[in-house]
Amino acid sequence: MAASDRTVLQFGPSSAVTSNITAKVHPLVIFNISDCYVRRPDQAERVIGTLLGSVLPDGTVDIRNSYVVPHNEFSDQVALDIEYHHTMLKSHLKVNPQEVIVGWFSTGLGVTGGSALIHEFYCREVPNPVHLTVGTGFRNGEGTVKAYVSVNLSLGDRQLAAQFQEIPLDLRMIEAERVGFDILKSTSVDKLPSDLEGMEVLMERLLTLINDIYKYVDDTVEGHAVPDNSVGRILSETVASLPKLSPPAFDKLVNDSLQDQLLLLYLSSITRTQLSLAEKLNTAAQMP
Amino acid sequence: MANTMARSFLQVAAAEEVAPPLRVVQIEGLVMLKIIKHCKEFSPALVTGQLLGLDVGSVLEVTNCFPFPIQEEDEEIEADGANYQLEMMRCLREVNVDNNTVGWYQSTMLGCFQTAELIETFLNYQENIRRCVCIIYDPSRSNQGALAFKALKLSDSFMDLYRSNNFTGEKLREKNLSWVDIFEEIPVKVSNSALISAFMTELEPDTPVTQRDYDRLQLSSSPFLERNMEFLIECMDDLSVEQQKFQFYYRSLTRQQAQQQSWLQKRRDENKARKAAGEEPLPEEDPSNPIFKPIPEPPRLESFLIANRIANYCNQINGVTGQSFSRLYLTKALHDN
Repeated sequence: MAASDRTVLQFGPSSAVTSNITAKVHPLVIFNISDCYVRRPDQAERVIGTLLGSVLPDGTVDIRNSYVVPHNEFSDQVALDIEYHHTMLKSHLKVNPQEVIVGWFSTGLGVTGGSALIHEFYCREVPNPVHLTVGTGFRNGEGTVKAYVSVNLSLGDRQLAAQFQEIPLDLRMIEAERVGFDILKSTSVDKLPSDLEGMEVLMERLLTLINDIYKYVDDTVEGHAVPDNSVGRILSETVASLPKLSPPAFDKLVNDSLQDQLLLLYLSSITRTQLSLAEKLNTAAQMP
Repeated sequence: MANTMARSFLQVAAAEEVAPPLRVVQIEGLVMLKIIKHCKEFSPALVTGQLLGLDVGSVLEVTNCFPFPIQEEDEEIEADGANYQLEMMRCLREVNVDNNTVGWYQSTMLGCFQTAELIETFLNYQENIRRCVCIIYDPSRSNQGALAFKALKLSDSFMDLYRSNNFTGEKLREKNLSWVDIFEEIPVKVSNSALISAFMTELEPDTPVTQRDYDRLQLSSSPFLERNMEFLIECMDDLSVEQQKFQFYYRSLTRQQAQQQSWLQKRRDENKARKAAGEEPLPEEDPSNPIFKPIPEPPRLESFLIANRIANYCNQINGVTGQSFSRLYLTKALHDN
């Protein structure tokens, strides 16, 4: 063709859009994937599944949930259980109609040939699926989670290949999940900490923090440690942000709140006494 | 040798009937995250879901769960709900997830979950499964920085009594059952597979102070306390209504007995007169007389449940005020410095 002398390898016109896509993943997804990987049938090397979530208005893909889909992999071919995929999708949609397919995941590093085929299948379901790889090998002591989008490489009018481009990935947690997060990190916790125990741990941590800061400031003043301006600025901001109240006003505030709390405590104790009385009346009363 | 071994096997098989009491519920981190996410997304609406896992000795392991869709109308949804459940179980089985139902979870708002429906659901589940638990999660308390997970089970004595429909005052006194005995709380243990904990530790390294601590340090707990007090007041009103019912019952019972006595007295006098006149004495009982109709005793279940709820609110208030004390003293100390 006359035009093919100087044809330049073009990236698809959507490259401008894909460079803006970032993905946010919830830890639940990673938990789910790890759990499915641990439970996989013995002959499978990796697990493949669908990612559910939503696309936020600014283009970020928010990955919130996932489920694994059984598949079979031979040397070059991959067979995915499509009916299972659709059934699970329907069930999930019944619970949460806003979570739609946003992509798919697979364990094991790297993108293989079989992945391209699967990616094509998912392209038919959703316009621009995100492919998440979760490396479970932990070589070098690291586990990696990467996200990719596929970009079409085309030469003139012909499509050559699809290239997987990595997009930035962000681990994001909602507040309630943050609450239990350090419980989730260890392999087993014997009991969920109660309120007061949590407070105790928190106070200890704060104390250590304050001690560290004290030491750092002392060291800097005496010249033992290298002064860092930004840290110093942050410290002075923190100290200055304590509200400036005159001592009597502050004392009054604190005492008022204390009294309110005491009142509530007293009320609840009275209620409990009332309860035990009521219970005695209800069951212990005997008729002649 | 073979004989003793066979016998011991038989013994073991026969002895399986007696199950060790449930001591601990072991939840996987995955299940906790799923429950938190589901309840949080739909709050303030209340949602439920099913728990799957294994029942091993004195530990109940919960390894997976799935949420139930919210049902709007009641008519065709019955069949739909059962279908959904079957489908989910079937699909999960294909990926090697434990397919055993061990209970259900539900979310609650500030802890008012002790209702008659809960008891009904428990009994329904108990008929099919030997051991089931209900996990209650409270998303509003998690905003205060505490992880509000609770595993509940109906106590056995209560269940026997309830099933025999013998919920009267005398029976309760016999068994010494009071409102604290209805629900039993079981301690919860969290476990994670090693892969998951490795991932989590790498993705979010340990920081000395976490966001959860910031949440805990918040000084304003008054909205939470206010709502708690509102619910408490409502419950006290309900309790007083129930108590009035009891009072009414007792009063009418006394009145009825007095009427019976006077009627009996009259009959006896009549009989004496009749004997003097030489006629047949009339029977001393007259079942057709409405005075002798036994008055039904009002059900005590509701008042027990209300008592449970009130106790729950009081506990919550105690917990939060305790925390606020510490916070206030902390602020005071900081300010003095």
